[in-house]
Amino acid sequence: MLIKKPDEIPSSEITDHPHFLSRRLFVRSATLAATAAGTAWLYRQFAPASTSSQKGVAIEGIQAGAGPAVPALAEARTSFQDITHYNNFYEFSTDKYGVAPRAKNFITRPWTVEVGGLAHRPRTFDIDDLRRIAPPEERVYRHRCVEGWSMVIPWIGFPLAKLLDQVQPMGSARYVAFETLADPKQMPNIRTKVLDWPYVEGLRLDEARHPLTILALGLYGQTLLPQNGAPLRLVVPWKYGFKGIKSIIKIHLLEAQPPTTWNLAGPTEYGFYSNVNPNVDHPRWSQATEQRIGESSPRPTLMFNGYADQVAGLYGGMDLRANF
Amino acid sequence: MQDARFQKRLILVNGLVPLALLGTDAWRHQLGANPHEFATRATGILTLLFLVLSLAVTPARKAFGQPWLAKFRRMLGLFGFFYGFLHLLTYVWFTKQFQVGAITADVARRPFITVGMASFLILVPLAATSTNAMIKRLGGRRWVRLHRLAYLAAAGGAVHFYMLVKADTRLPLAFAAVLAVLLAYRVLNRAFPRITERTPVRAGGVRR
Repeated sequence: MLIKKPDEIPSSEITDHPHFLSRRLFVRSATLAATAAGTAWLYRQFAPASTSSQKGVAIEGIQAGAGPAVPALAEARTSFQDITHYNNFYEFSTDKYGVAPRAKNFITRPWTVEVGGLAHRPRTFDIDDLRRIAPPEERVYRHRCVEGWSMVIPWIGFPLAKLLDQVQPMGSARYVAFETLADPKQMPNIRTKVLDWPYVEGLRLDEARHPLTILALGLYGQTLLPQNGAPLRLVVPWKYGFKGIKSIIKIHLLEAQPPTTWNLAGPTEYGFYSNVNPNVDHPRWSQATEQRIGESSPRPTLMFNGYADQVAGLYGGMDLRANF
Repeated sequence: MQDARFQKRLILVNGLVPLALLGTDAWRHQLGANPHEFATRATGILTLLFLVLSLAVTPARKAFGQPWLAKFRRMLGLFGFFYGFLHLLTYVWFTKQFQVGAITADVARRPFITVGMASFLILVPLAATSTNAMIKRLGGRRWVRLHRLAYLAAAGGAVHFYMLVKADTRLPLAFAAVLAVLLAYRVLNRAFPRITERTPVRAGGVRR
């Protein structure tokens, strides 16, 4: 069979003028669409839509927060998603949205915590030892960041005092120093030297022994995720969030006040005490109000983050402006 | 003529893309845990980005001999102003709830806010004199002199950014570094126009 090739395009097939113009329109639309898609892609590199969902392991035998020493909190709890995807953990990233993805594979088992210094029975605990020190309690606390945002978090943990009892502090011990793991292999932001690693924090011994001060192992009934300081972190609800040191590997009892990381980074901005105080501003911004995560407008910040009845006695006669 | 209009439209559409994404993310509750802070931060960074891009036009045009780039400059600068306005709005609205007293107190007491506000105010007359009619009215030379303030506004923006971060100063320093390079080019270009400029390549007539 012969296949005939048309040797000439019939005039009916020639693109008419309006169509010729529409071709140019097409090229321009395509250029617009392509560049817009490129811009959108670029924007997405900096502002990814958050979609991840991570979970901890359920903690067994949780008890309600212990008695009259711990005030009940009627304020709405911040969502698990927000608590686990808006974090300051500079070892992983200085972007609060970037910590969760970068901390995803952080290894928290095996894990040991060396507890010593001025103690009669210094000891290294592994995470299972720590779990056995006291039954896990749920403590619903306000969490106020020095940056001006806050959350309500149902922590699972036990009083730090119970751990200190195990090692029996000497009479000369007056301070407790804490240290975070600094592993550049697992913590990608350590190489930037944004802060002086390892991250260190400290409390006065009476602050550390206060019944509100806990070591948290979990939140919302599950073990902590790395971004929240797994496997073990400090929670001191009347102080700014950065005092709640994460992923602790060392706890030492000392006679002298220990150095603290943010105080070293900005001595005029972050004091050793760093108690939440609406009357003492950060040198650069106000601390009078806070943006509660999940709420639409700011709310007033409370003295000692609302725990004045429980903790104001610790600071009797102290000038809180000088000892910020 | 039509080409120029198309180039303008290209910048217009691309400049609005970040705002559209920010808007749809907000609409779908996808701005993360702290949407207010995110919107403030995003619009602030976009302000600096567009100001730097608009300031990069002339050096790029001269250094690479691409006169057509000049067409993008006004639109980029106006986007800088536009995002700066949105940035200010997020602060006035979300952070300060339109409380004039609290805002003026902040401007007076918080240096990073003072610097930010001053930088924005510098942009206002620049935006207002961005039309062809205003260029004519001011006269080219005076207009150029006035619009050198864009450098001051952008530098102010970078300083404002630097002053508010807690410890990680990398991004504000990056903006400052790019601005420094652009400014250095201007100085060098004035001193040694021959070696710092490439004559435009004229490819036999205008294409299309």
